[in-house]
Amino acid sequence: MLDILPDIDRWHAAGMKVAVATVIRTVGSSPRPLGSRMAVSEAGGIAGSVSGGCIEGAVFEEAQSVLEDGRPKRLRYGISDEQAWAVGLTCGGEVEVLVERIGG
Amino acid sequence: MGFESLRQSLLAGERVVAFTRADAELGARLLVWPDDGRSEGTLTDPDLDRAAAALATADPLPATGLREIAGAEVFVETFEPLPQLFIVGAVHVAIHLVHFARRLGFRTVVVDARSAFATAERFPHADELVVEWPADYLSRVPLHVNTFCVFLTHDEKLDNPALGVVLEAGVRYVGALGSKRTHGKRVAALREAGLSPELIDRIHAPIGLDLGGRKPEEIALAIAAELVAVRNGSAASGR
Repeated sequence: MLDILPDIDRWHAAGMKVAVATVIRTVGSSPRPLGSRMAVSEAGGIAGSVSGGCIEGAVFEEAQSVLEDGRPKRLRYGISDEQAWAVGLTCGGEVEVLVERIGG
Repeated sequence: MGFESLRQSLLAGERVVAFTRADAELGARLLVWPDDGRSEGTLTDPDLDRAAAALATADPLPATGLREIAGAEVFVETFEPLPQLFIVGAVHVAIHLVHFARRLGFRTVVVDARSAFATAERFPHADELVVEWPADYLSRVPLHVNTFCVFLTHDEKLDNPALGVVLEAGVRYVGALGSKRTHGKRVAALREAGLSPELIDRIHAPIGLDLGGRKPEEIALAIAAELVAVRNGSAASGR
């Protein structure tokens, strides 16, 4: 959380809406621990991460609607070993994230 | 959603437990400050809020993760203060150690009584630089459970009294630089000063994981690696 605060502060100071995705559940080996966070600004800025890179793109897309309507989402990603290999990762686990809009 | 309060508390180094509904009331949040019992927000149900507050003020604090509380699915997250590292001795190794430690998430403070070493020019990257007798300084600052102390001065007049202060305070980690012979002398002096063998035995010496390096930056890396091992409870910490 602390690592992404400077970016969030900067975005808020510029009057931008910000969404934050938090890892709330992991199954099997996952590259980022519970409570890991990724922040997304309405201008498309990204800070932090919620995986080793395999789901950030998908979470970023989902964050757009959260930024727009402010309704939080709970998302679940199964990362099959095959997919994991395809993007060069070895997660092979399952990750759930909560995406919410913060500060407005 | 309590984000601003959480942000301020984290920056102030306070302990906070955050409860976030992960079910139908998705995103509803209650923050509880275990040290004074204060709370903010709601999980939209007074019974649930009470059950959560009880969890947040128990010892030990709840582990981070999803759990069921009073029939609701809640993501519980415990925020502890940022680990702080006191480096006693504004020596060459310390310059590199500040780099590594800050990168690894330690709030890093350098303390030395010798103003020739403890200069802003040498330590522009430290969170704080203190020119004072280490024992005096460490006696008056809060040494919380997440405090790490590294002694690098090579000067027993500076090191030993301060070592006594942090050992008695029960900080998370104490390490001291020096050969086996130096450490033997240190142990004898600390015994002389009345410290118990159990406390003295908590000192990590020789300091750092054995990476085989002798250069200042390599020693700093070995120390940083040991701090991470201790923070993570790894067997590599040797304890």
